[in-house]
Amino acid sequence: MIEWIVSDRCTGCNQCVAVCPTNVLEAASDGPPRIARQEDCQTCFMCELYCQEDAIFVGADCESAQPVDRQAVLAQGLLGQFRRDSGWDEWASDPRYANEHWRMDRVFLLARALASAQQTG
Amino acid sequence: MRETLQLEADVLVLGGGLAGTWAAVAAARSGARVILADKGYCGTSGVTATAGPGHWWVPPDPALRSAAIEKRLATAFGLADPAWMARIIELTWQTLPTLAGYYDFPQDDAGVTQYRGLRGPEYMRAMRRLALDQGVQILDQSPALELLLLADGAVAGARGHQRQLGQDWQVRSGAVVVATGGCAFLSHLLGAHTNTGDGYLMAAEAGAALSGMEFTTYYTVAPVHTSMTRSMSYAFATYYDAAGHELPIPPGPGSTDALARALLQGTVFCSLHKMPADVRAQLPRISPNVMLPFARQGIDPYTQRFEVTLRGEGTVRGIGGLDVVSDDCATRVPGLYAAGDAATRELIAGATSGGGAQNSAWALSSGHWAGQGAARHARSVGIRTQAAVQGAGEAGLRPRTRAAPPPLAAVRQLVTAEMLPLDKNYFRTGAGLRQSLTLLDDAWQAIRDSAGVDGADRMKWRETAALVASGRWSYRGALARAESRGMHHRLDHRQTDAALAHRLVQHGVDQPQWQTPVSTPQPEEQPA
Ligand SMILES: Cc1cc2nc3c(=O)[nH]c(=O)nc-3n(C[C@H](O)[C@H](O)[C@H](O)COP(=O)(O)OP(=O)(O)OC[C@H]3O[C@@H](n4cnc5c(N)ncnc54)[C@H](O)[C@@H]3O)c2cc1C
Repeated sequence: MIEWIVSDRCTGCNQCVAVCPTNVLEAASDGPPRIARQEDCQTCFMCELYCQEDAIFVGADCESAQPVDRQAVLAQGLLGQFRRDSGWDEWASDPRYANEHWRMDRVFLLARALASAQQTG
Repeated sequence: MRETLQLEADVLVLGGGLAGTWAAVAAARSGARVILADKGYCGTSGVTATAGPGHWWVPPDPALRSAAIEKRLATAFGLADPAWMARIIELTWQTLPTLAGYYDFPQDDAGVTQYRGLRGPEYMRAMRRLALDQGVQILDQSPALELLLLADGAVAGARGHQRQLGQDWQVRSGAVVVATGGCAFLSHLLGAHTNTGDGYLMAAEAGAALSGMEFTTYYTVAPVHTSMTRSMSYAFATYYDAAGHELPIPPGPGSTDALARALLQGTVFCSLHKMPADVRAQLPRISPNVMLPFARQGIDPYTQRFEVTLRGEGTVRGIGGLDVVSDDCATRVPGLYAAGDAATRELIAGATSGGGAQNSAWALSSGHWAGQGAARHARSVGIRTQAAVQGAGEAGLRPRTRAAPPPLAAVRQLVTAEMLPLDKNYFRTGAGLRQSLTLLDDAWQAIRDSAGVDGADRMKWRETAALVASGRWSYRGALARAESRGMHHRLDHRQTDAALAHRLVQHGVDQPQWQTPVSTPQPEEQPA
């Protein structure tokens, strides 16, 4: 679930407040939004995708809040990973992050072929 | 509390996921003034936005089309209708390419434009823009709480709450489309937390019927404690027990049975080492969210084993929902239409999940037809703003007594404890179902008697009432279906019973009643 809004990156645009499907965040008049209802977070990562400043970190655990090693998050480049891999905003024209969703069907077919080869072989 | 926001429209759409946005667009294109209200944000809410919907995509070659339909009829176990299948294949084929300009359809290595599968966030972002361009007024963060009824029983709008503004809303409309998605029973299925069956309850209170609610037994594998129920990677999975012994679980879609059995024995671990290197490299470009939990937990799924669980999907990639009685997806309540997972998908999928292709094609198509039908209805009856209306909502809104309500968290906990465990819901027995049903019935009585508060908890109580109602319809159906059919497994009735080769339709909220099916609606022939 959402764990951290990086205050020195956040511009207070409140886009995350608007787009959160479960209304976890609350706009504050002075500075970053508040994580007001963390227990309602559904861990969908949509706030990260819509944050152009890469100022939000959503943890992997969707059942309970977990401590976050902020240094590690920064060092491992986890902030903005989803937005970049999705090829959004400034990444839109970068071929490394092109939308190859269409490969999914072929991957399923490949997996099926591998599995049946294993069974017969 | 601020004054209620009062609005008027020809068509009001409840829910802004795949079905709701297509409904809004279709209604607007028919010339209707349209308002769409979503509990969350139209564009990120619902299970479409977080997934990668692949549509049923069959070229208009009669041989290919009939082969596709035959194949799916074989797994529908007598509950589907080939004419409805043909209709959604055709409309999907014609409609998806019209999204060009809003969605950037990529080309494959051979330069062929790919339409079948879309990325969820981009798809729903596109649908929002398209709806706005068609003049649809969108109310975000505005859960609907109840339908409005005229004295003659026709639906004339809805009421809800704008949760970020602390203001109620009321829309008077000529027709309403319910597109609030399925009910996933708070399972942590990706993107499903707002899908609590609200539309089932609202529509049932207005007199609509539900069909196929017993088919809530679809489960998807995910790394334990995470919401990442995206299944492609598991087509390469190898599973192990706690002692490290490999389990004889086949990879891929047919694995649920064996995986469910293994999980009832103990913890299960998974490794993706069989995924070929090129697929690993492509994975973030195919589904950018799949690797997020692994990266954040420091797990390399290709070299390390990670614990997995199964997440229940309720009616999302289950099947049941509101019964539709005409080819424009009308319910039997005048002015009320249903689309997407809010409607039963038995017509196109039978007793087998429509996930993977049919559900998306259904959401698009049923949205389309419901939007057009609602617009037509609104044109013929008008908005009748002078006529008095009554809110149809009861459970969680208007308690029958002044007793104090039970703790909200406890009731929600009860729902998940009865509707999700594999030994209660996946492997079903008459005795177990009856036991769960008694607990759900008690919870229902408690809500009816005592729940109904102002403020933020009001939406949560309404959701909770819908969760309990959906659970009751589901287990009532599961008991009545004293057989095994498709995804529905009864340990005490392992055979399929020819006498039950029909849909189970029920209506009513406090004391649901069975209804003889209206006979499967026969859509008009569509030229290919
Ligand atoms: C992980 C996953 C992958 C899938 N992949 C595929 C696939 O590849 N192919 C396929 O065919 N199908 C797939 N499916 C199924 C498919 O995604 C759904 O059937 C389809 O998206 C349903 O669309 P919908 O609009 O009915 O529901 P949703 O997209 O869930 O939208 C429902 C909307 O209603 C809103 N809502 C709920 N209650 C209220 C209320 N009270 N008031 C206002 N709004 C409300 C919600 O916030 C939500 O935005 C997948 C499902 C999942 C979970």
